[in-house]
Amino acid sequence: MGARTWLGEWPMFRQATGPDPLGRGAAVQSPRTKALEARTRDADEVVKSVCPYCAVGCGQNIYVRDGRITQVEGDPDSPVSRGRLCPKGSASTSLVTSPTRVTTVRYRRPYGTEWEDLDLDTAVDMIADRVIDARRRGWQDTDDEGRVLRRTLGFSSLGGATLDNEENYLIKKLFMALGAIQVENQARI
Amino acid sequence: MAEAHPVGFQWVMEAKARGATVIHVDPRFTRTSAVADLHVPFRAGADIAFLGGLIHHVLENELDFREYVTTFTNAASLVGEDFLDTEDLAGVFSGYNHETGRYDPISWQMDGAYAAPAAGQRDHWESELREERARFTSDTAGGAGDQAYAPADPERDDTLQHPRCVYQVLKRHYARYTPEAVSQVCGMSVEQFLTVADAITKNSGRERTTAWVYSVGWTHHSVGVQYIRAAAILQTLLGNMGRPGGGILALRGHASIQGSTDVPTLYDLLPGYIPMPNAHLHSDLQSFLDADAAKTGFWGHMDAYLISLLKAWWGDAATADNDFAFDYLPRLTGNHGTYGIVRDQIDRKTFGYFVVGENPAIGHANGKMQRLGLANLEWLVVRDMQMIETATFWRDGPEIETGELRTEDIGTEVFYLPCANHTEKSGTFTNTQRLLQWRREAVHPPGDARSELHFYYHLGRKIREKLAGSTDERDRPLLDLTWDYPTFGVHSEPDPESVLAEINGFDADGNHLSSYTQMKADGSTSGGCWIYTGVYRDGVNQADRRKPGSEQDWVASEWGWAWPANRRTLYNRASADADGRPWSERKAYVWWDEEAGRWTGHDIPDFEAGKPPSYRPPEGATHEDALSGTDAFIMQADGKAWLYAPTGLADGPMPTHYEPVESPVANMLHAEQDNPAREDIVRAWNRLNPSMSDTYPYVFLTYRLTEHHTAGGMSRFLPYLAELQPEFFCEVSPALAQERNLEHLGWATLISARTAIEARVVVTERMKPLRIGDNVVHQIGLPYHWGSNGLSRGDPANDLLGVVMDPNVHIQESKVATCDIQPGRRPRGPALLEFVESYRRKAGVEPGGIT
Repeated sequence: MGARTWLGEWPMFRQATGPDPLGRGAAVQSPRTKALEARTRDADEVVKSVCPYCAVGCGQNIYVRDGRITQVEGDPDSPVSRGRLCPKGSASTSLVTSPTRVTTVRYRRPYGTEWEDLDLDTAVDMIADRVIDARRRGWQDTDDEGRVLRRTLGFSSLGGATLDNEENYLIKKLFMALGAIQVENQARI
Repeated sequence: MAEAHPVGFQWVMEAKARGATVIHVDPRFTRTSAVADLHVPFRAGADIAFLGGLIHHVLENELDFREYVTTFTNAASLVGEDFLDTEDLAGVFSGYNHETGRYDPISWQMDGAYAAPAAGQRDHWESELREERARFTSDTAGGAGDQAYAPADPERDDTLQHPRCVYQVLKRHYARYTPEAVSQVCGMSVEQFLTVADAITKNSGRERTTAWVYSVGWTHHSVGVQYIRAAAILQTLLGNMGRPGGGILALRGHASIQGSTDVPTLYDLLPGYIPMPNAHLHSDLQSFLDADAAKTGFWGHMDAYLISLLKAWWGDAATADNDFAFDYLPRLTGNHGTYGIVRDQIDRKTFGYFVVGENPAIGHANGKMQRLGLANLEWLVVRDMQMIETATFWRDGPEIETGELRTEDIGTEVFYLPCANHTEKSGTFTNTQRLLQWRREAVHPPGDARSELHFYYHLGRKIREKLAGSTDERDRPLLDLTWDYPTFGVHSEPDPESVLAEINGFDADGNHLSSYTQMKADGSTSGGCWIYTGVYRDGVNQADRRKPGSEQDWVASEWGWAWPANRRTLYNRASADADGRPWSERKAYVWWDEEAGRWTGHDIPDFEAGKPPSYRPPEGATHEDALSGTDAFIMQADGKAWLYAPTGLADGPMPTHYEPVESPVANMLHAEQDNPAREDIVRAWNRLNPSMSDTYPYVFLTYRLTEHHTAGGMSRFLPYLAELQPEFFCEVSPALAQERNLEHLGWATLISARTAIEARVVVTERMKPLRIGDNVVHQIGLPYHWGSNGLSRGDPANDLLGVVMDPNVHIQESKVATCDIQPGRRPRGPALLEFVESYRRKAGVEPGGIT
């Protein structure tokens, strides 16, 4: 390595002589940083989405590579947000790739002191049984004046304002068919 | 807004750059205040005094937009002779029953006309009058204004001089809300008040419009609905409704909280703001429609909307012969809101609970009440992404630490089911401006995580399988339910577009409906939520339209889809004058094109496109035909914006300042201290601080930080956000810090009749002591995001709150309450209970407890 090459790689020299006098770009790049590329560049696909935090509804672009999310960015096309995201929206990548996320069913039996494992299908089956039982026990055909109620007070539901409309629709529809009137939401809070 | 809706706030800054004046009225100095032209600090809970003062200023100085007011509002209508104001009755309106604490609104009616309430108030009425009123009135609704009956030609005085005309009634009601009174009650100077009054009145009229923006700082009060009413009255007087740059803009706090009201997971509503039927009056479809459906205006078509919904749910089983399965709907008998449900959980009257994407143990008022509810269940299903406190209350809740509960004694069976996140499923969110935006699935959910669509579809499928063949009549609604969505993938995920298409609706030939006006009451159409009809018109997912904003005009009507009918500003007929001409070139939005014989403009007209401004209804007209060409408020039975609301409200036809239920001062405007119609839950676990108590002398308010989200499930577990706001803190003024010996960055303990919590102290000039009458009132700010789990941990601010509710919507007063604050950390274990009890004793409050 000649002295000239050595000197040419010295950031201070490059900053003083090159096109980057403030030292915020090329002047301070090392071979390693020069080779770095944004995670967004090699995404297999960019999927259009919407931020899940507040109700402004900022557009998000979801960058996916090898079936995994590599980055979430603001969507410049959105007339709502024009590509911007706030601190929460900008943390969406860590939200959807969180290492503390729970991805298996956890079960606590009555009076239990610890979580246990449970198969998902078994859990849904057990819940279905409990719904049928609570529905029956909380059932009211009529009130004390004989007026038709056709309902159950055996169980209730709360949530969620981050659910999709299609999901809330199925919840309401199913609960009405079950006669379960106690459906509530963050919207009351 | 800059704190909790930062990206939306860019538009406020754009407006400011173009010359708009930004005024921030808030107890705290925030990032919004920092860039506002004017910040007005004032006392939490005094908003109706402030807004009432502005109404007074407008009326007293006749600064209203008179032509707008006489064209579009009920200002000229006459109030009936039986009505007595708070001025006449020492702080309550006529119809108040001191024994029951409820109002009978019959005396509030307009001259010679009954109108039905729009909220669940029939149970508040005395039973002997029920049947008589039933002919005119409805029971439950979401405030949409389903007036059952209004005469075609009510008596009016367009000069606005008649002593019983709404304009004069309003003027008398607000006579005492003078600038001096506002200054005293709110703790702002007369000059500050007049600066605001001047700014908004000068910035309203033909050429200019003013917008009001609020969040739960206005709704979380025992008079929350009346806060919004007060803003509505002011904005209507100033001509700021239905016009560009105007309105009262609710900044909602969750991605689809608007959607979960439209397609409601709420007890009192069916989709599209159709009220749930009530056992008292709605024995069949016809009696329901008679009571709830207006005869005039677009609610006149409630039969078509409701029957289409019943057809969507019960398909071929819903026929004209069986009232379209109207009987399949369960009936209400009163308030079944969330706090009543939790009370019933504690009393073991209800056994199971689904908590879906919500963390009530932290995020709801009176955390102890919430956790006691959980601990008295038989089973609990929690669906979330992280291990939130609502799922772990049985092992590490605060009541375990104090010894009030023991893990081994808690019988609740807990199912924690992981859910898919927003990138792992397709579907629509409805944002705060009614805009439906479709998200596309990017990746599959990991492990056992599933969408709610998947969970509820398959849960329903299993329940139906288990009950198949049942001959029990009560199972018919379940077995006749249309529940056959196409599924795809290894996990049999239901197709969300098929659900959206069902919500949109179909005609008799199976074509997608394009407008709710196509819905019929004969059972030939279906549709799961009439206001969303059109979102799937032509079989195209309109919510997935993504024409870049840069390629559209400022209305951007080709991005997503707004309900109803893709209209971006509601009631926009009011943006033109009586003759259909824009009020000004500058504020032109929608106008009548005489040549074409149609309404046109920048937005889709919120009016029948071909109805000319000159249209006058013929005798006996019904539905929208009964509304004239100037009746811009088309959902109202009379087509008018109501300055005075003769019905629909549980606590009075006009907003009145009442003190918060926990207040350090007496009501200086009226003899009644707090809302006489408020709802209470009187239990040992929900004790209230007495007002004007030396034991609990300070006001506190709760709020959000930019860096956290509600109860923290989506933020406290993320390293970036936990690092940005690592710890629970309280904001206090230097004066309060001195008064109570609080050290900046040290610890403080905050005490209410519910519990005591600890927080780091932030001493800041952002909090200002206020002079209220002869008192100095200190306010303490508390962000409410923390709990015991996650990367950033702390005490929950909501534990400090009790539950007392607005009587219209059963929402809690959580934006203002009282407390004491002392330096140092709180006691641990059972000592905490004794500490809190010692405060209750000192204040003369009954003992607390968990039963």
